[in-house]
Amino acid sequence: MEKRTDKNLYTLLFATGMVVVVGSLLAFVASSLKPKINENKRIEKQQNILYAMGVHENEGKGNVAFIEASKVAGEFSKYIKKQIVITGDLDIVENNDAYLIDIKKEQTKAKAGEKRQLPLFIGEKDGKTYYIAPIRGIGLWDAIWAYVAVDENMIVQGAYFDHKAETAGLGANIKQRFFMDDFIGEHLLDENGIFKGITVSKSNSDPTNKIKYDNEVDAIAGATITGDGVSAMIKTDLRLYQSYFENLKTN
Amino acid sequence: MGLLSSKDSKLISDPLSDDNPITIQVLGICSALAITAELKASIVMAVSVIFVMGAGNVVISLIRNIIPSKIRIIVQLTVVAALVIVVDQVLKAYSYSLSKELGAFIGLIITNCIIMGRFEAFALANGAWRSFLDGIGNALGYGLILIIVGFFRELLGSGTLLGYAVLGDSIEKTGLYSIGYENNGFMLLAPMALIVVGLIIWVQRSRNTNLIED
Repeated sequence: MEKRTDKNLYTLLFATGMVVVVGSLLAFVASSLKPKINENKRIEKQQNILYAMGVHENEGKGNVAFIEASKVAGEFSKYIKKQIVITGDLDIVENNDAYLIDIKKEQTKAKAGEKRQLPLFIGEKDGKTYYIAPIRGIGLWDAIWAYVAVDENMIVQGAYFDHKAETAGLGANIKQRFFMDDFIGEHLLDENGIFKGITVSKSNSDPTNKIKYDNEVDAIAGATITGDGVSAMIKTDLRLYQSYFENLKTN
Repeated sequence: MGLLSSKDSKLISDPLSDDNPITIQVLGICSALAITAELKASIVMAVSVIFVMGAGNVVISLIRNIIPSKIRIIVQLTVVAALVIVVDQVLKAYSYSLSKELGAFIGLIITNCIIMGRFEAFALANGAWRSFLDGIGNALGYGLILIIVGFFRELLGSGTLLGYAVLGDSIEKTGLYSIGYENNGFMLLAPMALIVVGLIIWVQRSRNTNLIED
């Protein structure tokens, strides 16, 4: 005898019912949590930007420590003096929400031949000016991105790297201090002022990164593709800011 | 285990030794290779799987009599996926930094064949309480192997445990490194996880020869 649950009609009804129940459950969870998740993402962006310019709670050689979420809003307005958006031929507009610009969308725009908006955050700490640029690229599995703080000579003052889904223990280590801190002091330009970027190099004979003008940092073993992705996003995205800094000096 | 009858407590204890999901049932090998380069990632994955397996087994067991057998695999997949998405969203909203740490793992849980394997082999035929115990037991057995593999891979591959440099500083040449010890970078690559799992299987079967198939 055929069981009730083997009938085709029952199967169809069950499948329909399941889709409705599970679908509405997930939709309910997602929409009720969305405002909170977006707020968390906004705070994280501010924490990352501040981290790149050296506003953090790192202790000694320990792990990355952002400033507390509750303090972020105040610190962000205290340290970040100006947010600008650069478009096309150095068309500069001030925009206090520039940090919310979606770099992924801007990159798609540029690919479609449209003008891309380049946000730049100008911070001041202890009398020094930091220019923090958001960049984005692809690692092994998914997106990688970074906030890089440079001075007016395009020498890196700090950086925060992050990733969506790089391999734990290998590529995921780009967000560890032993990798990120190596960038501090590295030059983006060569001695003739030509943009060279910073290459994540496997053949670097300078593992402790004492030489800062070689345009190279030491790679992570076992994370070749992620490292190449980091080099590539620095080369393509940070290069776009070079004309801004050249202009800054001549004026 | 005074709370459980001896039959029930076997549901927890068997997967930890003689019926281990990884070393005996050979399930969940993929994630055991992928995420064990670090001890911390192993622990996080173990805890997440314990939760999803416990809850998933109970849900499947409760609806086992109304699931149409023709589409039961799809139903199982939907249950795991829904559970995992809910966990992911709740973590993102209320514990953002933790959810950042877990990152890709949460999504990876869906693909873990232990979960579907236990739904199919146990929860579809047993009551909710026993299914819950079976889920927890198998997840613990899985987690145990993950943690053992993660321990050796991180220790020998990076010279650290949970991120702490337990053997000294490899660049400054302190501790063990001062007498010429070197990290074995090969340990960080996936094939070594397979070899470590193989060694565990060897140890386990040489201690209990009943496990050896003819």
